[in-house]
Amino acid sequence: MSLDTPTTGCLHAPVLRERGQREVFCGLTGIIWLHRKMQDAFFLVVGSRTCAHLLQSAAGVMIFAEPRFGTAILEEKDLAGLADAHVELEREVERLLSRRPDIRQLFLVGSCPSEVIKLDLSRTAERLNARHGPSVRVYNYSGSGIETTFTQGEDACLAAMVPGLEETAEANLLVVGALPDVVEDQCLSLLTAMGIGNVAFLPSRRASGAPKVGPNTRFVLTQPFLADTAHALEGRGAQRISAPFPFGEEGTTDWLRAVAKTQGVTLETFESVTAAPRARARKAVAAHAETLRDKTLFMFPDSQLEIPLARFLARECGMVPVEVGTPYLHRGLMEPELALLPNTVLSEGQDVDAQLDRHAALNPDLTVCGLGLANPLEAAGHATKWAIELVFTPVHFYEQAGDLAGLFSRPLRRRALLQGAAE
Amino acid sequence: MKLTLWTYEGPPHVGAMRVATGMKGVHYVLHAPQGDTYADLLFTMIERRNHRPPVTFTTFQASDLGADTATLFKRAAQGAFDRFQPQAMIVGASCTAELIQDDPGGLASTLGLPCPVVPLDLPSYSRKENFGADETFLALTRALARPCDRTAEVSCNILGATALGFRHRDDVAEITGILAQMGIAVNAAAPLDATPEDLARLPAAHFNVLLYPETGEGAARWLEKTHGQPWTKIIPIGAHATREFIAEVAALAGVSAKVDERNLRQPWWSASVDSTYLTGKRVFIFGDATHAIAAARVARDEIGFEVVGLGCYNREFARVVRSAAKDYGLEALITDDYLEVEAAIIAAAPELILGTQMERHIAKRLGIACAVISAPVHVQDFPARYSPQMGFEGANVLFDTWIHPLVMGLEEHLLTMFREDFEFHDAAGPSHHGGKAAPPPAPILEPTADAAAQMIEAAQALAQALHWLPDAERELKKIPFFVRAKARRNTEKYAAEKGVTQISIETLYEAKAHYAR
Repeated sequence: MSLDTPTTGCLHAPVLRERGQREVFCGLTGIIWLHRKMQDAFFLVVGSRTCAHLLQSAAGVMIFAEPRFGTAILEEKDLAGLADAHVELEREVERLLSRRPDIRQLFLVGSCPSEVIKLDLSRTAERLNARHGPSVRVYNYSGSGIETTFTQGEDACLAAMVPGLEETAEANLLVVGALPDVVEDQCLSLLTAMGIGNVAFLPSRRASGAPKVGPNTRFVLTQPFLADTAHALEGRGAQRISAPFPFGEEGTTDWLRAVAKTQGVTLETFESVTAAPRARARKAVAAHAETLRDKTLFMFPDSQLEIPLARFLARECGMVPVEVGTPYLHRGLMEPELALLPNTVLSEGQDVDAQLDRHAALNPDLTVCGLGLANPLEAAGHATKWAIELVFTPVHFYEQAGDLAGLFSRPLRRRALLQGAAE
Repeated sequence: MKLTLWTYEGPPHVGAMRVATGMKGVHYVLHAPQGDTYADLLFTMIERRNHRPPVTFTTFQASDLGADTATLFKRAAQGAFDRFQPQAMIVGASCTAELIQDDPGGLASTLGLPCPVVPLDLPSYSRKENFGADETFLALTRALARPCDRTAEVSCNILGATALGFRHRDDVAEITGILAQMGIAVNAAAPLDATPEDLARLPAAHFNVLLYPETGEGAARWLEKTHGQPWTKIIPIGAHATREFIAEVAALAGVSAKVDERNLRQPWWSASVDSTYLTGKRVFIFGDATHAIAAARVARDEIGFEVVGLGCYNREFARVVRSAAKDYGLEALITDDYLEVEAAIIAAAPELILGTQMERHIAKRLGIACAVISAPVHVQDFPARYSPQMGFEGANVLFDTWIHPLVMGLEEHLLTMFREDFEFHDAAGPSHHGGKAAPPPAPILEPTADAAAQMIEAAQALAQALHWLPDAERELKKIPFFVRAKARRNTEKYAAEKGVTQISIETLYEAKAHYAR
């Protein structure tokens, strides 16, 4: 199927908007992958013990190495005198920078408590930049739960980097979103094979590779949650290429086609570059689609990847989405996706208890949800896929399409295996 | 403000969650921003609980701050009561909600809910998880315990076990079994698996068994003061302490201290000749105070290790740890800074680390054997099997768990005899471990907090003043890696004392003779 297949999609579908308990991570969580992506960056959260505990609890599930992130924990005396809090923070940064001379980019990350007490991190960042620039660049953004949900932390981080990007009048292509290195390399080789030059990535692996931006910059998002970053880039005169997101064979092809169109790539070149990986992706997905076909799918809101993934699972794997929840629905970015998504219930925001009731009533074959809900739902007899794995696993572009489908088919296969053995 | 990479304890409201989640029939309404719900995964993922923790978060956002977060809280509390129908509710604030000062206790009382509602006042910016658990258990006990007659037969309560506790489930089972053998009934075990009704009749017990002072001492003290129940002071970790605990309980209950020890195998396992190689192995111990102190005693008196470091992360218990450390000729390490612990471990050059999840990170980096003895722990430390730390079975478990990471006796000898065998070399790791261990990485010294940095500087200054001659350096490399650090340290110390600056093979062996045990 492709864009011109007649489909009403979900473009005009009503959206269930919910207010209540939201069972989601805050934006600080993005630090877990961002600090691995940017190898000369350090993320300093200015927050409470809760922030530190969140990072290690979320990270502890996954990493066992020395982190390039830390928390400056606010103490009672910091709350009493804000002026002192600034001084204390600067002192902690001095210590950190003298201890880690390899750091080139330092992110001061605001948290719920730092925002509630109105600790102005931009002022601290400015002062530190004056002192440590240009060898160390200090940024600030908010990853607080009162401002951001989960992946929005990456959006806030990248948006904070945009004003500092060097200006250029040259035509270039900017690929936006933190991708695993292996995926970034694959993306670049596809673009290069089509003859597209001057490609840069945001974020870059190191500060020295930071992209340039200007009125002749075209940019394309690889992640659906980067609305503020897109807005900031447009503010610098860059033009966004609108496309579905590069998940699955279809998503990747549509994404590449949208890019190719703006770069004057001929149809022949496009076909010759994509034909083989497309076939590979289809073949790899097909193996999993056997397990997934006609199975119902319920997605709790988590990373904003829900709509593109539901589109992939419905159109390429034959699943039947019964509810697709997303923490935020950004229509501007999501239009091409909504057009492709078969009609289903869309929900935005969350009232977790009400949603659990709907979920129980629908009793879907596969549930995509956060870590807090997964085991309780498994214990209640539902096959689940933890959503967080979707942001920690290479899932973009052709060569990962099969792996992406595999993330969803594995819980079903496992369930069948264990049940088969029990009989 | 204090820079933290890893933290040993969560915030106090996580302690409150450990109490609420451990209990049945209690619901916790927590005024907290979106994102604080991460704490659910501690229980559902790390402990593999099959139910959501009984916690409703208000999950306010920036837009709510300008409006009315108090109403949001009241709506959440009413909604939680209607949906979950708890027998008792606790209400409180997380760190961010503490700043907006909505007074959850006062707001909840205006709702007139038909169940006891216990307000918690946990200072998030000065206290931590264990304090939160202890305070919450105390607050619930104060609110719910009713004066009542003692049970006709002798009985006790078991206090302190919580959700997410290190082996709490199995410890309670083990101690319950010992008490049953002594003819003592368990009136209630709390907070883990207790209902509000169980807390109401806590005063019916004749005395209390306190297993975890970190999370239960507040309640034990209050019950003693208010309801005249004495409580046990000995923590039954290790064979010796378990026997003393049994004697203490017997005295409180007025029963015989005779308990069947047929299943206690640890003393023989330790006495059997294969264990000779354990003698004097250098062990560094760090954890919560209770587990660290108990581990040190077992390590020295029951396994024959040498304790070369002892410390805890919970400052509330610093005094007891300091006094315990003196017993081993050590200065206790009291810190919640993981880098300081790492520096102290490097300086002590142990052969085995008994610690928490954090020390497991450190051990991995340094290539030192490690076993976990205390929270915080990770998913692999919540085993499917029965695996208590306390009682006689606990003593068996400690022996197995601590010995497993080490190279076995005869293997150690063979490594010493044939040092240059290309297949059978010390970097290959203990052969009873499946995965082939990589050679120990050279320790990367993180610049650290002042005290620790000074320790390292002193060691480096010492090393710089001394020069290892090439022959001696080569000879040192023939010593298996698990004792090499000790040999290097002892030789340098010996050389420094003797005023020798050039270390030769002779110096090495003179030092060896000097420190011979």
